[in-house]
Amino acid sequence: MKLEFEHDYRKIATDGLWSSNVIFSQMLALCPLLAVTGTATNGLGMGMATTVVLAACGLLVSLLRGLITQEVRIPVFVLIIATVVTLVDMSMNAWLHDLHKILGLFVPLIVTNCAILGRAESFAFRNPVLPSVFDGLMMGVGFTLSLMTLGAFREIIGSGTLFANASLLLGSAFSFLELTLIPHYRGFLLMVLPPGGFLALGFLLAAKRLIDARVKLGQARAALAGDAGPGNDGAVAGGSVAT
Amino acid sequence: MTTAGIPAYRRRVGYQGGLLGGFASLAAALLIMGNLATFDTIGQRKAEDLQRSLRQVIPDAIHDNNLLDGRMVLNQDGKDVTVYRALRMRKTAAVAFTLTTQGFSGEISLIMGIDRNGEILGVRVLSHSETPGLGDKIEVEKNDWINGFNGKSFEKLPHEQWRVKKDGGAFDQFSGATITPRAVVKAITEGLDLFHANRSALLAEQTGALAAQASTTDTTSATAGSAPAHN
Repeated sequence: MKLEFEHDYRKIATDGLWSSNVIFSQMLALCPLLAVTGTATNGLGMGMATTVVLAACGLLVSLLRGLITQEVRIPVFVLIIATVVTLVDMSMNAWLHDLHKILGLFVPLIVTNCAILGRAESFAFRNPVLPSVFDGLMMGVGFTLSLMTLGAFREIIGSGTLFANASLLLGSAFSFLELTLIPHYRGFLLMVLPPGGFLALGFLLAAKRLIDARVKLGQARAALAGDAGPGNDGAVAGGSVAT
Repeated sequence: MTTAGIPAYRRRVGYQGGLLGGFASLAAALLIMGNLATFDTIGQRKAEDLQRSLRQVIPDAIHDNNLLDGRMVLNQDGKDVTVYRALRMRKTAAVAFTLTTQGFSGEISLIMGIDRNGEILGVRVLSHSETPGLGDKIEVEKNDWINGFNGKSFEKLPHEQWRVKKDGGAFDQFSGATITPRAVVKAITEGLDLFHANRSALLAEQTGALAAQASTTDTTSATAGSAPAHN
């Protein structure tokens, strides 16, 4: 915290991708998450659109942070985000019309994404331009990966396919992504509906916590083996798994 | 909260209000500029989309005019419905309507083609905001469902059968989404009703007026001429 101007890009990257992941750690943006992660492709589309807006808002907020006061920062951030999203929506509709036909559903949903407000407030408002844009990008990529994982999880269980309609989003070159994993699958509707999103999120959260606990346990074991003898190994293990 | 280094004027209410007002005006100005810059292009893209959709519901082979030129407006229950007529040797071979209906999460805009015998040639969704992965199966790219209307007519399928299966009709709903297909079936039924109610006007043989109109693309005269005939 002392060396605030020396930005550790590696830390920003790991924060965005894993340790402060928008969904799995900050638990933000759950509204668009539940709405669009019925398939992996939709998750990818939403993630890409959000990444662009996150980076753009990081840029604008960090540029203007000298001007904005503490007291009115939140409405100003909301204004910036809403303007950026609307401009992105309009220009995509005009110049990337085919992409807009697919992503168009998701773009207005980005305004409801509190993660963007969260990053503006907790990072871009306090940091220079370059790290802010990088933070926006990394948070966006982390968000995209989480949405895709969740979408894939729900899609495989819910409809037995993976990346259905990906070629509509990414172009026909990516049609190899479209897989039918379980042929003649009758579908498991619950996973496609929003409650399935909550369930899938719960399972994935548990998995992430488990991995984090394992890593912590490994580190604790290594530290223990380093300076003390074995013996209270079991106590440490019990303690870290419980957290 | 404020740190010591911040100048006093920034703590005044006027500065705060001005800042917020300034940002709001700036945002409004940017949005106006963005709208101006994209309005025409978006309109053009939408017209292209419309032409492409018209071609999907009315095959090229059955008509010899430009579909956008055969435009006329019908009035149904106070709502204007735009009709595109496909003419062959000045006789109406088929018509296409655009219809809007209330879906699960907003308006669904549809286009449907009907041949002169009242048989559906095709239906396409122009725009909608249904739930991705559920209601969006009404798009032909995502599901074959919408093609189930092809070839259907009131003669082949009695009026009370034009419902989703859950309501005792002949059309499938999607698992998890009943409201969207129900709305689409209802809109298509209304489209067929509209066709039958205005059949004589729609199928009337076109005289010199339309031949002239087809070349000048001035559609307002046709609109004015046909509107009072109904309602």
